Amino acid sequence: MVRVILPFHLRNLARVGRELTLDVKGPVTQRSILDALEAQYPMLRGTIRDHVTQRRRPFLRFFACEEDLSHESPDAPVPESVAAGSEPFVVLGAIAGGSGFGPPDGGSIARITRF
Amino acid sequence: MSKVRVLVGTRKGAFILESDGKRRQWEISGPHFAGWEIYHLKGSAADTNRLYASQSSGWFGQQIQRSNDGGKTWEPVGNKFAYDGVPGTHQWYDGTPHPWEFKRVWHLEPSLTDPDMVYAGVEDAAIFSTTDGGRNWHELAGLRGHGTGPHWQPGAGGLCLHTIILDPSHPQRMWIAISAAGAFRTDDGGKTWKPINRGLHSLHIPNPTAEIGHCVHHIAMHKSRPGVLFMQKHWDVMRSDDGGEQWREVSGNLPTDFGFVIDVHAHEPETIYVVPIKSDSEHYVHEGKLRVFRSRTGGDQWQPLTQGLPQSHCYVNVLRDAMAVDSLDRCGVYFGTTGGQVYASADAGDTWTPIARDFPAVLSIEVQTLFVSG
Repeated sequence: MVRVILPFHLRNLARVGRELTLDVKGPVTQRSILDALEAQYPMLRGTIRDHVTQRRRPFLRFFACEEDLSHESPDAPVPESVAAGSEPFVVLGAIAGGSGFGPPDGGSIARITRF
Repeated sequence: MSKVRVLVGTRKGAFILESDGKRRQWEISGPHFAGWEIYHLKGSAADTNRLYASQSSGWFGQQIQRSNDGGKTWEPVGNKFAYDGVPGTHQWYDGTPHPWEFKRVWHLEPSLTDPDMVYAGVEDAAIFSTTDGGRNWHELAGLRGHGTGPHWQPGAGGLCLHTIILDPSHPQRMWIAISAAGAFRTDDGGKTWKPINRGLHSLHIPNPTAEIGHCVHHIAMHKSRPGVLFMQKHWDVMRSDDGGEQWREVSGNLPTDFGFVIDVHAHEPETIYVVPIKSDSEHYVHEGKLRVFRSRTGGDQWQPLTQGLPQSHCYVNVLRDAMAVDSLDRCGVYFGTTGGQVYASADAGDTWTPIARDFPAVLSIEVQTLFVSG
């Protein structure tokens, strides 16, 4: 089972707690994690990935094991500890942003601490 | 027994205020969807318990929420707004081609007869509809595809379709307005559209009387006079008596004719309301005074309404969807400000009372008049 941590507003939208677990079939990648997440919580479709392009929304980042995975291929395997469920896959909302702001340049999130 | 339900969309959530017909004591619920921008909420005329809300954020995109119990509980429905076919480009601020990109839903207009049917005006400007209560949305592609779409340019707030008016006498007819493309009309349920901007004069565009390119801020219509339209433009208050074929200016003696909101008295089709804003560079009320202006002659002659509204050191704005009326006798008028106040008048604007003072910036106001037994 894969552990996922969502940002505050998406937890509220999906009516889940701080951390949830997903049964991800096949290779565990960003794409397969998000596919499983959206299958279980359809209201999250379009909130993390654009509906049409399936690209990560600009003000969200993916982290695991204190590393920024946001620019990895969505089909690359995630770290083994994430696939094994010992570390969570973190979807993190940028501190910057909001209405009236354009997409950030890379590296706008300076530091991630362990949850 | 009558009740009034005021639906308030703000930058940080939605609020619902309810009162009886006296409109003195208000129960407030919210914030619903706390922390999200609620660009618009509106109830269905066909089922007053059916409400729809546009919930969006720069981080997480668009949600549509639906309530079947008058706003007590909500469920997310469909949020996929995909442009029909290859979207193409419109003009960017600098005149270069810019791809059409969905950003948010600005306005939801439920059908007058079917609680599961809703139209959505979106940014980048397009119109979508649902026939299954919001689960699935489809573009009415004839609007962007009628020919002028590639030449539309955004206003400062984006290229947004913010006004949708349904003709109660002609189910296939509707009017829409886009900042900053202008007003358009369909007579065949959205298959084909035509610009209806003749008579508009906009100094900020190269050809002030062009077919498109006018920054229309809002349009209002009384249901008993379909086709008599009142428009607040980026400068000028306008009127059309022929469904938008021709417009004439009715700004008259307004202290400034820049503004966003315009609305019509529920029982007097020639009584209209605006809130003058100082200028396009200064988006706050004129002279530090929050004044609603009322015309009982369909424009030209305007009277300031100030009792109960701050008349000094007030620098709020009132955004385009942030005014509405109820249909009680006497007509109630409501508006919300960017300072977070919601003002109500139970006497058609003669006197005003704040029914909320400290909300987040108000983006939209809608009102439902409910008649309940007991």
